Amino acid sequence: MIITQKKPLDEVWQMLEGVTRVALVGCGSCATSCKTGGEPELQEMKEYLESNGKIVTATIIPNESCQKLLMKKELKALKDTDTQAILTLACGDGVQTVADNANIPVYPATNTMFLGQVERVGLFSEACRMCGDCVLGHTGGICPITKCAKSLVNGPCGGQKGGKCEVNPENNCAWIDIYYRLDALGQLDKLKTMRTDKDYKNFAFPRRISIREDK
Amino acid sequence: MNALKQALDNGKFGITAEMAPPKGYDFSACMEAADMLKGKVHCVNVTDMQSSCLKASSLGLCIKLKEKGLTPILQMTGRDRNRMALQAELFSAAAFGIDSVLALTGDHPTIGDVKEAKPVYDLDSVGILQMISQMEKTGLDCGGNEITGGVPKFFKGAIVTPVYDPMFLQVNKLRKKVEAGAQFIQTQGIFDVDQLKRFMDGIEKAGYTTRIMAGIIPLKGAGMAKYMNANVPGIRVTDQIIEKLAQAGAEEKETGKKGLAMEVGMDIAAEMIAKIKDEKICSGVHVMAIGAEKNVPAILQKAGVSI
Repeated sequence: MIITQKKPLDEVWQMLEGVTRVALVGCGSCATSCKTGGEPELQEMKEYLESNGKIVTATIIPNESCQKLLMKKELKALKDTDTQAILTLACGDGVQTVADNANIPVYPATNTMFLGQVERVGLFSEACRMCGDCVLGHTGGICPITKCAKSLVNGPCGGQKGGKCEVNPENNCAWIDIYYRLDALGQLDKLKTMRTDKDYKNFAFPRRISIREDK
Repeated sequence: MNALKQALDNGKFGITAEMAPPKGYDFSACMEAADMLKGKVHCVNVTDMQSSCLKASSLGLCIKLKEKGLTPILQMTGRDRNRMALQAELFSAAAFGIDSVLALTGDHPTIGDVKEAKPVYDLDSVGILQMISQMEKTGLDCGGNEITGGVPKFFKGAIVTPVYDPMFLQVNKLRKKVEAGAQFIQTQGIFDVDQLKRFMDGIEKAGYTTRIMAGIIPLKGAGMAKYMNANVPGIRVTDQIIEKLAQAGAEEKETGKKGLAMEVGMDIAAEMIAKIKDEKICSGVHVMAIGAEKNVPAILQKAGVSI
C-alpha cells in the first residue's frame, strides 16, 4: 500500500490562495486506509474550507485514484460547476492522475511517504523500495534494501549495537532479523552466497512498463 | 612489492598504524607523525572520513605519505562514492604509486558531523573488493569497458569485528570478503586476547584461512575506555583494564604527575601485542592510536616487535 500523511492545513490553505470554488478528490483504496483521503477526511476538509469562506463544488472518491481512465470518467462530475482548482487527498500518483485529466490547477493535500505494510490499523511501516531487482528470495522475506539503512546486500555492517541500527536505534538491524528468520527456516546457507552485483539499472526513474502487445 | 604484503608473504609479523587526514588543508601534524612512524611500521592506513566526519580525502594524505617514503593503505568506503567514483579514485591512487587499499562499507552520515548529507552505498565492502578483483582479472572497468594503458593491481584488505552477536554473521561476511579478494584483514580494537583466540578458532572452524592483524587501540584513560564501550560498536574494554586505568588516573591526581594513565594504556597495548606475537594468535597487529601516533614507536618497542 502507498502510505500517505496529511499536509499541514496552513500549507494547503496557501496553495488555494485566490481560489473560491474548489473540488475535492480522494481515493477509495490506499488513502482511505491511511485515513488521509477517505469519506471522513474529505468531509473534514470540506467543513474546514467552507468555514473559511470557500465553496466546495464536488467531493469525489474513485475506487482507485491511480487509474487514468477511471479518473477521466469520475472527473466528468465537475462539468459546469465552475470549479477553479482541485485538491487531491490521495497519493502523489493520484494527484498526477487527476492533473493529467484536468485543465485547471491540481494541488496535493497529502505527502506521499512510502510503499509499506499496515501493521495494524493506523500503524504503517516501509517494506519495499521498489528497486527492480528483488532479493527477498535470499533473505527470508525481509528486504535489506529497505530495512537496512545502507541497503547492504552481503550482511550487516559493524554499526549495530544490541541488535539495533546505528542510524536509528529504534530500528532492528535488518541483517540480524534476516539471520534469525533464515535460521528458523533452516536456510542459513543462503547467507553464504555472494551478492555483490546489485544492479541499479532497474532503479533508474521514471520507469514505464508495458505488457501490452501493442506497447 | 607492497611492504606489508612482502612481510606477510614471508611469514613475518605484520605491523601497521593508522592516521586520519586533517579537517582542513594543514597536513603538518600528519607529516610530523609520519616522520615518527617511518621505518617502524610496514604500512599506514589512511582513514576515509572515519565516523562519517568530514576530513581531507584519504587519497590526499596517502599521496603525502608516499612522497615521504612511507607505504600508505588507501581506505575506501562506499558511503560517499558510487562504483564509478571508487574506481576512478583507484586509478588516480595507482598513478601516485599507491598499491594497497582497504575496503569498508562506511559509517552512516547520521552518526557523523554532516548529518544532512545523502549517503551512497552503491557497493558495500564486499562489493568494492569484488570490483577491484574483477578489474584485475579481466582488465575491464566496473562497466565492462576496456581499461587503457595497463590495469593497476592492489594489495587488498578488509576489516572484521570479532566482538559481535550473532558471530555467524561476522564470520560469514569475512568469508565473503576473503572470497572477494581480501588478502589481509584488520580487526576492530581488541582488549581481550582470549576473546580474540575464540574468534580465530571460529574462523578456523568455518573452514577458510586468511591473514588477520589484531586491532590495538592504546587507551588514554578510564574515561576513554568507558566512552568507547558505550558508543563504539564492536568495542568491549574489560573491567580489569578500566580498573587499571582508573587507578593510574587517581594516582595522577594525587601526585600531580601527568600522563600516568596514558603510560598504563601504552603498557597494556604493548603486552597484548607481545602476547599476540608470542602465542602466534594473529599474523600481525594494526595499531590505531587515534591522534597519539607519536606513541606508536614506543609501544612497539615495549612489545619487542619491529619490522
